[in-house]
Amino acid sequence: MSETIRLTIDQQTVEVPAGSTILQAAQQAGIQIPTICYHDHCTANGLCRICGVEVEGTRTLQPACVVQVRDGMVIHTRSERVIRSRRTILEMLASSVDLSESPEIQAMIQEYSSDLYRFPDAEARRPTVIDDNPMYIRDYAKCILCWRCVQVCAEDAQYTYAINFSGRGYETQISTFYEIPMPESTCVFCGQCVGVCPTGALKPKRQWLLEMGYSPDEIMSLTRSQRQRRKRREEISANPS
Amino acid sequence: MSDLDLSPLLHRLESYHSRGRTSLLPALHDAQQIYGYIPRVAAEAVGQALNVPLAEIYGVIEFYSLFYSQPVGKTVIHVCNDPACALAGSETLFKQIRFQQEAAPTGNSSSSLTIEMAPCLGLCEHAPAVLVQGQPVARADRQTWQDLVSGRGERPSSLLGGTVSILTANCGLGHTVELSEYLDLGGYQALRKALQTPPRQIIEEIKAAGLVGRGGAAFPTGLKWEAAANAPGSVKYVVCNADEAEPGTFKDRVLMEDDPHSILEGIIIAGYAIGAQKGYVYIRGEYLLPYQAMKKAVEDAREAGFLGNNILDTDFNFDIEIRRGAGAYICGEETALFESIEGKRGFPRLKPPFPTTHGLFGKPTVINNVETLANVPVIIRKGAAHYRKLGTEKSPGSKLFCLSGDVVRPGLYEVPFGIPFHHLLYDLAGGVRPGHHLQAALFGGAAGAFATPDHLNVRLTFEDLKEAGLPLGSGVITVFDETRDLRDICLRLARFFAEESCGKCYPCQMGTQRQFEILERIARGEVQQEDWERLQDVGWTMTDSSLCGLGQTAASAILSAMKHFPHLFQPI
Amino acid sequence: MLNAEKVVPTTCPYCGVGCNLELHVRDEFIYKVTSPFDSVVNHGNLCVKGRFGYDFIYNKERVTVPLIRKQPQTPGQRTQAFDRSAWREVSWDEALDYTADRLVEIYQRDGSKAMAVYCCAKATNEDNYLLQKFFRAVFRTNNVDHCTRLCHAASVVALQMAIGSAAMSNTAAEVSDCDVFILTGSNPTENHPIIALQMKAAVQKHGAKLIVVDPRRIEMVNYATLYLPIRPGSDVPVFSAMAHVIFKENLYNRQFIEERTENFEAFATSMEKFTPEFAEQISGVDRGLIIEAARMYATAHNGAIFWALGIPESTHGTANALSLINLALLTGHVGRKGTGLNPLRGQNNVQGASDSGAMPWHYPGYQAVDNEENARRWEEAWHIEPGGLNRQRGLTTTEILAAVHPGGVRALYIMGENPMMSEPNLNHTRKKMQELEFLVAQDLFINESGAFADVFLPAASWAEKEGTFTNTDRRVQRVRQVIPPRGQSRPDWEIICDLAKRVERRLNRPNSAYWDYHHPAEILEEMGRYVPDYAGIRYDRIEKVGLQTPVPTPDHPGTPYLYGERFPRGRAKFHPLEYIPNAEMPDEEYPLILSTGRVLEHWHGGTLTRHSWMDDLFPEALMDIHPADAARLGIHDGSPVRVTSRRGSIVLRAKVTTKTNIGVVFIPFHFREAAANLLTTDALDPQAKIPEYKAAVVRVTPASEEELTAVFESQPRGRY
Repeated sequence: MSETIRLTIDQQTVEVPAGSTILQAAQQAGIQIPTICYHDHCTANGLCRICGVEVEGTRTLQPACVVQVRDGMVIHTRSERVIRSRRTILEMLASSVDLSESPEIQAMIQEYSSDLYRFPDAEARRPTVIDDNPMYIRDYAKCILCWRCVQVCAEDAQYTYAINFSGRGYETQISTFYEIPMPESTCVFCGQCVGVCPTGALKPKRQWLLEMGYSPDEIMSLTRSQRQRRKRREEISANPS
Repeated sequence: MSDLDLSPLLHRLESYHSRGRTSLLPALHDAQQIYGYIPRVAAEAVGQALNVPLAEIYGVIEFYSLFYSQPVGKTVIHVCNDPACALAGSETLFKQIRFQQEAAPTGNSSSSLTIEMAPCLGLCEHAPAVLVQGQPVARADRQTWQDLVSGRGERPSSLLGGTVSILTANCGLGHTVELSEYLDLGGYQALRKALQTPPRQIIEEIKAAGLVGRGGAAFPTGLKWEAAANAPGSVKYVVCNADEAEPGTFKDRVLMEDDPHSILEGIIIAGYAIGAQKGYVYIRGEYLLPYQAMKKAVEDAREAGFLGNNILDTDFNFDIEIRRGAGAYICGEETALFESIEGKRGFPRLKPPFPTTHGLFGKPTVINNVETLANVPVIIRKGAAHYRKLGTEKSPGSKLFCLSGDVVRPGLYEVPFGIPFHHLLYDLAGGVRPGHHLQAALFGGAAGAFATPDHLNVRLTFEDLKEAGLPLGSGVITVFDETRDLRDICLRLARFFAEESCGKCYPCQMGTQRQFEILERIARGEVQQEDWERLQDVGWTMTDSSLCGLGQTAASAILSAMKHFPHLFQPI
Repeated sequence: MLNAEKVVPTTCPYCGVGCNLELHVRDEFIYKVTSPFDSVVNHGNLCVKGRFGYDFIYNKERVTVPLIRKQPQTPGQRTQAFDRSAWREVSWDEALDYTADRLVEIYQRDGSKAMAVYCCAKATNEDNYLLQKFFRAVFRTNNVDHCTRLCHAASVVALQMAIGSAAMSNTAAEVSDCDVFILTGSNPTENHPIIALQMKAAVQKHGAKLIVVDPRRIEMVNYATLYLPIRPGSDVPVFSAMAHVIFKENLYNRQFIEERTENFEAFATSMEKFTPEFAEQISGVDRGLIIEAARMYATAHNGAIFWALGIPESTHGTANALSLINLALLTGHVGRKGTGLNPLRGQNNVQGASDSGAMPWHYPGYQAVDNEENARRWEEAWHIEPGGLNRQRGLTTTEILAAVHPGGVRALYIMGENPMMSEPNLNHTRKKMQELEFLVAQDLFINESGAFADVFLPAASWAEKEGTFTNTDRRVQRVRQVIPPRGQSRPDWEIICDLAKRVERRLNRPNSAYWDYHHPAEILEEMGRYVPDYAGIRYDRIEKVGLQTPVPTPDHPGTPYLYGERFPRGRAKFHPLEYIPNAEMPDEEYPLILSTGRVLEHWHGGTLTRHSWMDDLFPEALMDIHPADAARLGIHDGSPVRVTSRRGSIVLRAKVTTKTNIGVVFIPFHFREAAANLLTTDALDPQAKIPEYKAAVVRVTPASEEELTAVFESQPRGRY
């Protein structure tokens, strides 16, 4: 195999090192391909398919974030099929989850003229906020299932394996073992998951409280009273009488 | 829950301990068998024994619909909800069982009952199909409530037809062909012959026979074997894909239940040809009887020296392990199936790399459908030239077709490739039920496409069907007469995909759900002007952009229905 | 959705890894911490402390006004005052004048030997440089030390003896270049979480083999190829037996030994007695495992050794560290990428505080105080008359407290440290603190030590000041001001300068040592002029990425790994070793060995983390005990136990776990209500003066719930 690969992206000839992905090749050529689930820090899984491009000679659109370039590849990043897929994926996403804290996805929705109300029958995923630990909250109504949190909790960073999935298909949700509260799980609260979450589904608890209108002083006072409650509980459990 | 006696589980886990995560599904099956469901402490014990993170164990339990993390009734009844059974009144049956359950006095055994709607159970020729504690019940609609709940119902017998009996030669005898019987019928002669032949030559023979995969993708088997044989590495696998779950398909079930050794023989020959040491048969979780038949066949074959070390006194060592799925259509996708054997959620992998170089456990793997492997002994025994006497140039040999729905004689039909559709439907299967005529036939199952009466003259070959825009798929033909509401059929297909999507890639995860929601409204007769474009956009996005074959075909039947019956999707 | 007013890059204030942080601020409230994914140190990963553990800044109990005790304290009668009602809020002028008056009074009466200071491994290089400068230049004392004495002192001494330097030889992230690495006396998943991730990845993704040698079955054992469960204190026999095997089996690196080492013969002779059989007898580790570990390490292409406080915190800590150094020299696993001798430093800036001279025997840059040339150089630097600086080695932390008596140390200045939690044998420490004549505490909270003080100077937190930290792999990184100092608190360096000038005035010093810095950058530059390893470091060079010392010139790129060409002392020196048992060995009365250490959720004496929501995650002390020991003693998981040593007794809950081995119990030392250091022994390593924190013998008995709560009440309420 040669060290460099020559290919064509949107009529532009590009030379990139062997082993590059289509996404990298396009970046090098200054061509923007949108991504949602992709993160430099995580293993790419090709989940969101928003980066799908048309590669001549293949039946389906190819996810640019994972497909490696081959010599002579001819790629179209904005063909009609590509645009239809991207627009529809964004429309389906908007009808499924709360994207209010996903400015990048909102920008894509603008760019692809996606109709936010395309699917009036859509049953959105609206689980309630899980506030089960002092460090971060989990608002899965905002979860787009990009898997980054699961991956950094596992081999992509932390090797802690506190979270995985419950359900499957449209009903998939990120979950602990038997949905136990986070402190009962193997979670070490490193917050790697919070660090890679693109939609605000995972956020530091203090940020969440601030957003709910508490002042910093109130937040810090809240802590103390929570502590006192906990302390009382401990005392009660120590002296059941 | 803490006073749960873990000792029976721990006892069984001992045997899995050394193998680690790959034993996860078997261990969870054990736990469920012991406790009726998988209690949290049992899952913890499994995690500890197999060294699997607990959250991932829960992820696996949650992925497979036959695993329960919450207590269920003592008796679990699954009622099929897919087209063929729906035509036979499965919905009414479901309601009746529910009604009986509610009416039953508490304290009665029937109060401890869990009734679930299920995806196609692979008993379409016996519709409406029901599983009671995993045991199939034929024509459940004709049984008494008591018989049904107590599992006294009769075991469905194989319904066979067709013009040739090559693959089905040993089927339909009313029992599973035992090893001795199989030997008397000429069994394992192909293996004996193969082991005297250089592996390369066997691959050449399979290539010469023109055998292509019978699971739906129609990939040339010989090329697959060759690629795996050429792949670097000394550890290789053969996997038999027996996760038959395409709605309307039941051929592999019949083969496994009636003639398991012919499949084993094919697997062993494949193993020899590619240089593998181990084979797996992955059988869908709903197929308890085929699982038991295959398991016994493996034990008998091992006992008789057809498996194990120095098979037939050669230096060829090979063994086979039978695995059960646990209720996930996606595991019929080859890479999802590997993940499942490896003890994970059945998420399909990105391809490339392909199984022939990076398959099961990352090793070179040949994965073939049951029917494909059943062809192997036939080809080896009589030679490629003889095999090619049947069928056409591009579609040699015979093919199994699963006929169900509004047909006089539903069943499994073996015919040479090339007969016309009308011959199969009218001459062999007795035609559409009396007093009615053909409205449509679904080819290839849920992932297939609709044929209309215009297609009756199409010859049943890969090439002819392709030209007609119909998939041969796994040989499913579900027949609908003119009285049937195709919107309802489309809704059932859409629901099937919405329930069976693994959720990995966005187009399928959300597309199957959106498609289902729209069709649900359309089935109620509330069609909107925009629905056409919505369904087209969702359908083509899934087709173009999904990660695996499931998503790529999840709109196939709907799009074909839109093509042939556009009025169903338009406002009046 | 909240938008940050600003996002400020800085360096984590907790452990020695030195993770890069970005603090997101709104209304002076840090509501979120992220880390850049291109960070060379931590690649965007953080641990619970780094990501969430900064709320102590806003804790209501934080002191942000200068305080003076209402009740004058006298030696011997000194009490702890946690409650604010015992203190008077004063102006900075009053606080500093009062402090200056008292310090000068004592200095003028009793001289240099009466003065002592605890610098701080949490404070910046600049803070530490200035504080040691203050005591050396103004009070002419070398009684300057900090908590390195209590952690890696023996590693430092051993490395200086054998190699002539005292730092991690390699970059932590180079663990991915190892094919075999030994991890001993270190529990990185809790204490160096990000290095633990790199180690896990090295094993899982890069195929490295890990050998864990530890008395606790730490999480990393799950990733290990070999686990040697040694008895506490048997390090020298085990590692020397490995050397014995390497020697006997001819697996040593003859060329490396000939070209780059000395004293091999004497060493080889001393290894004769360390047969695997002998080591097995003492350590309890199967001899086969020792032999296998020796072969694995010796035959590695790149072998590395990582250790933490399990090695140095021993009465034979120096010998322990030497046994590791001997192994690396024997196999030549040092001086290349992916190899090395890597003591993982605990505090965020323990390396920097040591580099900056916060030590009794050295000026900044490890320049010995008893070397005339060095003293002259620093006299010039600080404008001091020739012969003005003290040439005598100062006292170490533990020695400082021991010397508190009339005629000994009278005044102690504590910046940030908490000896009342971190010193061994706390009952003894308490007596010594009570005997002080004058005590200054400069901190964020009134902790157990500050409660004894006469004056409390409220310092700014790390997010409220500028400076640099030097992490465990010698990387000097920027600390930035993110929010203004809370209340009236001031950065440590400013407080020191202000106070030093007041003291100088009172002493009528003709030449000022110079305290008129406008920015910490000037302080680092001053230090760099006299410390060659820091000579090339300027703030503008480390705005984005830190530099690894040595950085001798302004264009030097930094030094990822040391000793490629030569060792600082020329040839590295092998040291013959003997087996010396622990100061205390288990007996009938005290049958169990107590090891102490940290847990993930807390930091040292708890001054910060117990004032954080982190305390909600791990609210009370737990003693790890093996199920077999627990069963024998009738102890259940979660039940109260009394732990007694020759020095003290505490009550806490037991955690029955196989994480610890039979015969060994473990107690974290963060919890004042069950302070582990009431139990530990103050027996010291003769060379490094480090206490034996990892092996006190104890007796464990079941206790009642009443005793547990009684203990809570008899202790002073709160730390505030």
